[in-house]
Amino acid sequence: MMRTLLAALLVLLLGSAAQAERLIVSVSNHRVTVTPNYSGEELVLFGSVEKDATTPADRTAYDLVVTVIGPRADMVTRRKERKFGIWINTDYRQFLQVPSYLALFANRPFDAITSPEIARRQQIGLNNVLLTQRVSGDFADVVPNDAFRSAFIRLRTERGLYREDPSAVTFLTPTVFRTGIPLPAEVPIGTYEIEIKLFANGALVTKTETAFEIVKVGFEQFVATTARQNGLIYGLATAAMALMTGWMASIVFRKD
Amino acid sequence: MQLYLPIADLPVNVFLVLAMGAAVGFVSGMFGIGGGFLMTPLLIFIGITPAVAVASVASHIAASSFSGALSYWRRRAIDPALASVLLCGGVTGTALGVWTFTQLRALGQLDLMIALSYVVLLTTVGSLMFSEGLRALMRTRRGAVPPRRTHNWIHGLPLKMRFKRSKIYLSVIPVLIVGTMIGFIGAIMGIGGGFILVPIMIYLLRVPTSTVIGTSMVLTLVTMLVATLLHAVTNHLVDAVLALILMVGGVTGAQFGARAGQKIRGEQLRLLLGLLILSVGVRFAIELVIRPEDLFTIREVGVST
Repeated sequence: MMRTLLAALLVLLLGSAAQAERLIVSVSNHRVTVTPNYSGEELVLFGSVEKDATTPADRTAYDLVVTVIGPRADMVTRRKERKFGIWINTDYRQFLQVPSYLALFANRPFDAITSPEIARRQQIGLNNVLLTQRVSGDFADVVPNDAFRSAFIRLRTERGLYREDPSAVTFLTPTVFRTGIPLPAEVPIGTYEIEIKLFANGALVTKTETAFEIVKVGFEQFVATTARQNGLIYGLATAAMALMTGWMASIVFRKD
Repeated sequence: MQLYLPIADLPVNVFLVLAMGAAVGFVSGMFGIGGGFLMTPLLIFIGITPAVAVASVASHIAASSFSGALSYWRRRAIDPALASVLLCGGVTGTALGVWTFTQLRALGQLDLMIALSYVVLLTTVGSLMFSEGLRALMRTRRGAVPPRRTHNWIHGLPLKMRFKRSKIYLSVIPVLIVGTMIGFIGAIMGIGGGFILVPIMIYLLRVPTSTVIGTSMVLTLVTMLVATLLHAVTNHLVDAVLALILMVGGVTGAQFGARAGQKIRGEQLRLLLGLLILSVGVRFAIELVIRPEDLFTIREVGVST
């Protein structure tokens, strides 16, 4: 028992000793505000790989995989089928706590960076990201070519909310890198996590995390929160607004 | 100018929405209807989800029918007694409608039901109106007098009540039923229902034309106000910003439409309106029958932040 514990500790120590690189990253803006005329923007993530004395001398080429994960939500994907001559929603799958925004960036194709086995374990590539479905009471992710899963990813990609770009990360010097994070106009608000994984010779060397948040500000944030939290007051205000507009119109355009 | 709609979660061009409001307002002023049956499909067409469109249009119709009702009130063209009986039914119907709306939304069949109701209702009403307008046009061309109005079975029902301003003596049962029906479909489809209510009141209930539009506007106004409130409380789907732009465009367009409408003869107007309603219905039908571009759709159940 004691021996196994010691062995484990030794492995752990060796493991951390092998982690000779440190990642230092930052995003251009930690707080993105969505204003009424917001039409999407691009954040920039930049950082550098810090080496120390224990770094093997032959290690010069690095690979980076950046994963941006937006706030999670439950989503339902429905499929239409032809019934009685018309197209109606029949079958559906529920996706549980999946990212509302998901972006995967790298400096070269994922399969060139690491082995399929590691890519699967580290959730690298849209095909490897875990998207939990509720399948008749069970919770599981399914095979990547599942009809609902691929339709889900395709639809999110079309809206610019899911993306993978294996050439988005650029190394400015062998150790300094940058990548753009495009945020579409209909970006979900909330906290976004960024995971940066450093690979060398196909193995994960180290990883780090950072985050940014997207908030709605001003009048529109006010409207959205009021609608959700004070439905009754919001409804009354809207109804009053309708009456006011109608009344004003009848005054302005009064003919008699 | 782009503006971000807070509830629809979508940036739209303000001038496009204003123009849509004005165009629909023009048509509604011309025919003396609320125009919801045109507005809701147009909003769906520019990418707003059917649920948000239906809920937001309700407040837009409330605004336009309020300005209409005010001017009819000044002309004493509203029957308060008839309006209150209609309202009893209307408010019940709206509450039922919003409840059904919520249930259908949970089942994922709301969009289908909205489309189906549009097809059934608009093609039926449209073709009835169109053929009636055609017949009336033929009659005037032949110089024949319109058939005399006669009492029908509805006037044999019990619980009769005297409606002074309309000068009719009528059972409250059909009035309540009509009110409930209009409230129900209005809440589900995002329409005021004026284009159905007016013909029913004229042909079935024999309400005189002097009070029919004003009275139907009162029903539209109240059911749409209730629908706005209930949609806001239960589904949080009313986009006030969208509604405000629509209102402003709508009430302006309506004034010009009303002037244009006075230049066209009644039968022609009905013929045109019938054609318009029919074409919206057919468009929805085509959409249901042809294979959709994408068989899959995604809906968020709830964001956890």
